[in-house]
Amino acid sequence: MTTDIMSTTVDREILYREAINEALRQEMELDETVIIMGEEIAGGAGLEHLGIVDAWGGPFRTTVGLIQQFGKERILDTPLSEAAFVGTAIGAASTGMRAVAELMFVDFVGVCMDQLLNNAAKMRYMFGGQVKVPFVLLTRIGAGFGSAAQHSESFYSIFSHIPGLKGVVPSDPYTAKGLLTAAIRDDDPVVYFEHKGLYLDKGAVPEEPYVIPLGKARTVRPGKDITLVGISRMTWVCTEAAEELQKQGTNAEVIDLLSVSPIDYDHIIDSVRRTHRLVVVDEDTPVCSLASDICARVAEEAFDYLDAPPSRVTAPHTPVPYSRPLENNYVPNAARVVRTVQGLVS
Amino acid sequence: MDLSRDTLISLYKTMTTIRHFEERGIPETGQRQMSASVHSSAGQEAVPTGICAHLTNEDYIGSTHRGHGHCIAKGVDPKNMMAELFGRSTGNNKGKGGSMHIADMSKGMLGTNGVVAASVPLAVGAALTSKLRNFGRVAVAFFGDGGANQGVLHECMNLASVWKLPVIFCCENNGYAESTPVSYGLSVANVADRAAGYDMPGIHVDGMDVFAVYEAAGEAVARARAGEGPSLLECRTYRFYGHTVFDDPLSYRTKEEQDHWRSRDPLKLFREMVVPEGLVTEEELNQMDDEAEALMEEAIKFADESPMPDPLELYDDVYVDYPVDMMRRGANMDI
Repeated sequence: MTTDIMSTTVDREILYREAINEALRQEMELDETVIIMGEEIAGGAGLEHLGIVDAWGGPFRTTVGLIQQFGKERILDTPLSEAAFVGTAIGAASTGMRAVAELMFVDFVGVCMDQLLNNAAKMRYMFGGQVKVPFVLLTRIGAGFGSAAQHSESFYSIFSHIPGLKGVVPSDPYTAKGLLTAAIRDDDPVVYFEHKGLYLDKGAVPEEPYVIPLGKARTVRPGKDITLVGISRMTWVCTEAAEELQKQGTNAEVIDLLSVSPIDYDHIIDSVRRTHRLVVVDEDTPVCSLASDICARVAEEAFDYLDAPPSRVTAPHTPVPYSRPLENNYVPNAARVVRTVQGLVS
Repeated sequence: MDLSRDTLISLYKTMTTIRHFEERGIPETGQRQMSASVHSSAGQEAVPTGICAHLTNEDYIGSTHRGHGHCIAKGVDPKNMMAELFGRSTGNNKGKGGSMHIADMSKGMLGTNGVVAASVPLAVGAALTSKLRNFGRVAVAFFGDGGANQGVLHECMNLASVWKLPVIFCCENNGYAESTPVSYGLSVANVADRAAGYDMPGIHVDGMDVFAVYEAAGEAVARARAGEGPSLLECRTYRFYGHTVFDDPLSYRTKEEQDHWRSRDPLKLFREMVVPEGLVTEEELNQMDDEAEALMEEAIKFADESPMPDPLELYDDVYVDYPVDMMRRGANMDI
């Protein structure tokens, strides 16, 4: 059974996408005010005469089967109107529902950003604390699938930048379920970033509902020579790099960030005080990024402990390209991490 | 229309309270150098008054940057509104919002809003809550003729129609989006014409005539309450002042036009229509004006005597739950 809140030892294994589905299903069973809305979350919703109410279950099947169990009153397949349904979910959340909205890809945020930036994030503050906005935005990040510039970004840093929003980046099935459960139960707006490259990853997940606290990072590999911070799928790029580095005699600690707001700086700083070196591995672009922010914070608060400049391995400051050799160079990989670390420990 | 004396008194009282709030509160806010972002709704009183007369405290409204009238018509206390304009801790929003964000959730007032048409989906979301939880409440989404051209409004009209939500889309067409005339930016003769695109009734009424607004709103609210879906109600009105307190409206409107609309002042029209009928006397209306004036004196005194927020409230209510340390960490704040 679960030995530590940030990991589990249960035998039961399910996919990342199934963990998301399970968290949604269980929270809807436990709390009848939970609703979900979004494009294609059921799919085929208008074809009841064909007996089809769940043609897709979401483009990545994270919402499959929910409309059969909870009906179209609570599984609200929407027209293609992100500004309207994201805003409507925020309005519903501020008047008594726990509303989950799905934005198919984070790249689409431009069409509904106003509702996130000016209503969800600011209402409680502007209104002097009169309102809670228990709203979750499910969205997707991740390059590497030939989806090009408008379906592949990892724009979590934009949301970290906005006071009033929280954000999480689950990296495996266990954290996918625990963080989504926490996000739905939370009384603040939370953006939940699913990584497209993790949907088919299998891992141990307890059957009963559980919560992983928002704002907490976890150490997935202990080490003493350098701290590697991974964000979402980059956590596993870090562990892959750490295995290679071990062979070369460098013992890397790997931290899985898990939350992009609040950011668990203390967890990272505690590690750097022991390892004296830091590399943040971020699939987002480098300018004004989470990687930049973490490096700046470590430089300010742990300067005396550092034996090398806090460093970053990120995507370049370009849109995501389409062609395979271009995209392969865009996404950070273990070799780049290893090379960067070699420059810091030598 | 055949309205009771109580209804007539209530309508006039709301309109004169709004008028007095705008005429006194805005200059007083200016004198205290609190904000330049204050928008007067003087001239438009008949619209929120005629609509909100059909609503209870449980019903919802989403409002605009020009929203003082919506607040008062929805029952928000002008004393707390004045305090909010003056940035006091006794304001509706504890001095965190000001004129463009006044909210009172206990009155179903989902906030005036500084982004054009941004409150529309909030009202639609409140209508969804009402429908899913069988509250029997309706929501009114107020927007202006400028907001009529915002994409989010159109998405929301479609969504509300598809889901048959109990919402009334109310366009306060005052003729100008800031300084741009409605004829320049609108592809159709009337905003109400656009209702056809969303399969909902589109009604165009004289927004200076509180009875015309009241009657049309009554039908739209009844339709929403009966579960028959949304309506689009366009009220043609006029603001007596500029976009904000700073611009000179004569730089884009003619004096003749302004005089014409001034002659159709909704409070004056009310008197002309009601007094000859004998249900309410001129003296009674004058007395309501005096009471509204006294209420504003009281509100200004209340606001002036209220404390300013404690500087540490800067960090309050950003979230329900978030480490305050994370809000100031690295910022080298003084507090």
